[in-house]
Amino acid sequence: MLTSKHTLVAMVTDKPGVLNRAASLFRRRGFNIDSITVGHSELPHVSRMTIVVVGSSAMVEQVRKQLEKLVDVIKVADVTGEGTIIRELALIKVKAVSTTRSEIMQIVDIFRAKIVDVAADSLTIEATGDEDKLSSLYNMLRGFGIKELARTGCVAMVRGGAKSAAIDKESLKDIQ
Amino acid sequence: MKKTGSQILCECLINEGVDVMFGILGGVIIPFYDTLPQYPQLKHILVAHEQGGAHAAEGYARATGKVGVCIATSGPGATNLVTGIADAYMDSVPLVAITGQVTRPLIGKDAFQEIDITGITLPITKHNYLVTDTASLAKIVKEAFFLARTGRPGPVLIDIPKDVLTSLTEFVYPDRISLPGYKPTVQGHPSQINKAARLINESNKPLIIAGRGAIISQAYDELKQLAEVAQIPVITTLLGISSFPESHILSYGWLGMHGMAYANLAVEECDLVIAIGMRFDDRVTGKISGFAPNAKIIHIDIDPAEIGKNVRVDVPIVGDIKPVLQSLNKDIDRVDHIEWISRMDTLRKEHPSINIRDTESIIPQYVIRQIYEITKGDSIVVTGVGQHQMWTAQHFWFDKPNSLITSGGLGTMGYGLPAAMGAKVAFPEETVWCIDGDGSFQMNIQELGTIARENIAVKIAIMNNGFLGMVRQWQELFYEKRYVATPLRCPDFVKVADAYNIPGITVKNKIDVIPSIKKAMETEGPFLLNFIVEPEENVYPMVPAGAALSEVLEEPLKKVRCK
Repeated sequence: MLTSKHTLVAMVTDKPGVLNRAASLFRRRGFNIDSITVGHSELPHVSRMTIVVVGSSAMVEQVRKQLEKLVDVIKVADVTGEGTIIRELALIKVKAVSTTRSEIMQIVDIFRAKIVDVAADSLTIEATGDEDKLSSLYNMLRGFGIKELARTGCVAMVRGGAKSAAIDKESLKDIQ
Repeated sequence: MKKTGSQILCECLINEGVDVMFGILGGVIIPFYDTLPQYPQLKHILVAHEQGGAHAAEGYARATGKVGVCIATSGPGATNLVTGIADAYMDSVPLVAITGQVTRPLIGKDAFQEIDITGITLPITKHNYLVTDTASLAKIVKEAFFLARTGRPGPVLIDIPKDVLTSLTEFVYPDRISLPGYKPTVQGHPSQINKAARLINESNKPLIIAGRGAIISQAYDELKQLAEVAQIPVITTLLGISSFPESHILSYGWLGMHGMAYANLAVEECDLVIAIGMRFDDRVTGKISGFAPNAKIIHIDIDPAEIGKNVRVDVPIVGDIKPVLQSLNKDIDRVDHIEWISRMDTLRKEHPSINIRDTESIIPQYVIRQIYEITKGDSIVVTGVGQHQMWTAQHFWFDKPNSLITSGGLGTMGYGLPAAMGAKVAFPEETVWCIDGDGSFQMNIQELGTIARENIAVKIAIMNNGFLGMVRQWQELFYEKRYVATPLRCPDFVKVADAYNIPGITVKNKIDVIPSIKKAMETEGPFLLNFIVEPEENVYPMVPAGAALSEVLEEPLKKVRCK
């Protein structure tokens, strides 16, 4: 079966255990999740989850429907497509000595990343971008020796006027 | 006026129309029980084990369509409910389980009898709540009942710390519910219904498969109208039995692993499946790639996640069965599928499936048929899980709507006795038979105590074959008769019943079967019949696990049709 990477955005009520409910669902149904992030949305008491999942479209559709069955999940949208901005943040601590430091700094420049910490034997780099860009940067730096890597997982938003993940604010007025 | 959490809980239960609860108390839930005398309209039935309480609440819920309520204390009380909650989840039974929890300051400290029951029941409830303040209790109880009974029904658990029950707060019963993430679709989409009608009108060999959704939705008349107007044969799933009268000329039994061979073969031959409130369980479909190979599929279900989960669907309709069928029926042409119906009749003639052999010894099929004859089918029948369950589904003919109560999805042995108890409490005027196996019966045998104390007049018929029979059958057929851990040594069930002051008879001779059933019917109160039946009788037809429905075995090792 044809599998591909899908990005789902779920608007959920900001209650304890919501992330647990979603994660437990993925585990139980055997859905393989690439990344899941959760944080505040533009609405009070509503959080925004971004889930990246690899699978056939039928499987991803099941993920979406099962997520929507959770009472705390208000809406789920599959935002996969060209009109979607997907970003992730990475912190990379790479070995750096006097002979390699400038080369690393050049690579960081090319990727429009930032150096946020310098030590005698390392550089810490902050980079944002889509998954491919961060993976390329990582691959370029690997030769120098990676000491630590932390990636946040993706957040996504549809470009321009389209608001595929937006929800009717009227329906939320009683949420506390 | 300020009220305690316990009082608020009672008032909410009354507001939700609860008249009976099944439960056992314990340390942290004493404050709730202490309040009960103030609310005499809330009847509480003390059960012997919390699992029995959960199944009794299920039996009550399945018989009435109302929400069943069970109560337990924290820790082991709560974990003992788990099997019942899981059973309700699998079979879409409206249930509210209320558990006590340790006081809020002790949560997370591994206190005595503290257990994370909301964590444990996360994957087996429709939703669950840990109540963290008394002020939110009324809102939560209202939501819980709403969630349990609407949409696709299911169990909801409310975990209430002891100090939430004892704290005082101003009681305001919420007048409405706000759940922005929960909006079940009731009406089917008109264009989908239109497409479905067109497919039905164009089909030559349509077949209705009705599931428990038709019963939950009480769509009996609509289902009958659809079948009669377009002359569509009806088969059901195990849980769909009694959604359509089995003596109806268009009824062709039920399908699946132990369903009628003609029903299974019809699925292979039909050109259109109209799946109504069922979920294509593996016991129903057999090998999924061999399911209905020549048919298009219309799937009507209130749960969108069921559509496309197991089989590909040509026309999905999300909605409540009753209104969907009402709309659909308006667009259905009056036709007679004479050729197809006569083909169905031929299949039934060639593969009778449920004939009962004439034997000298007692076989369970014979006993069940006699119970049917003597009750004239006017009974609620509740079963345990195993061979007796399949024989009951095959040999008792269910004409009365919603008259079979059985554990389908979870297959919970021990379900029969407590569920029968709940059904009888719901309908004291109805005859309730619990048909059970000797293995299954022993798994909740302690509820004989509840039945005796409350004088719940359940008639119990045990098909006692001295084995965990269904597993023994698999061992015989697929494990070269290695009967590992299946032979049972049961107590004398009549003596056990006698210890509870419940009358009973052991029946060893065929000639005594009919008089003993009559005796049970004539005796007031509960009665136990212990039928000593043929020990190695097998359930046929049988579709071996993993085989296609068309590979049904009609008798030992003889395939009906090989592909």
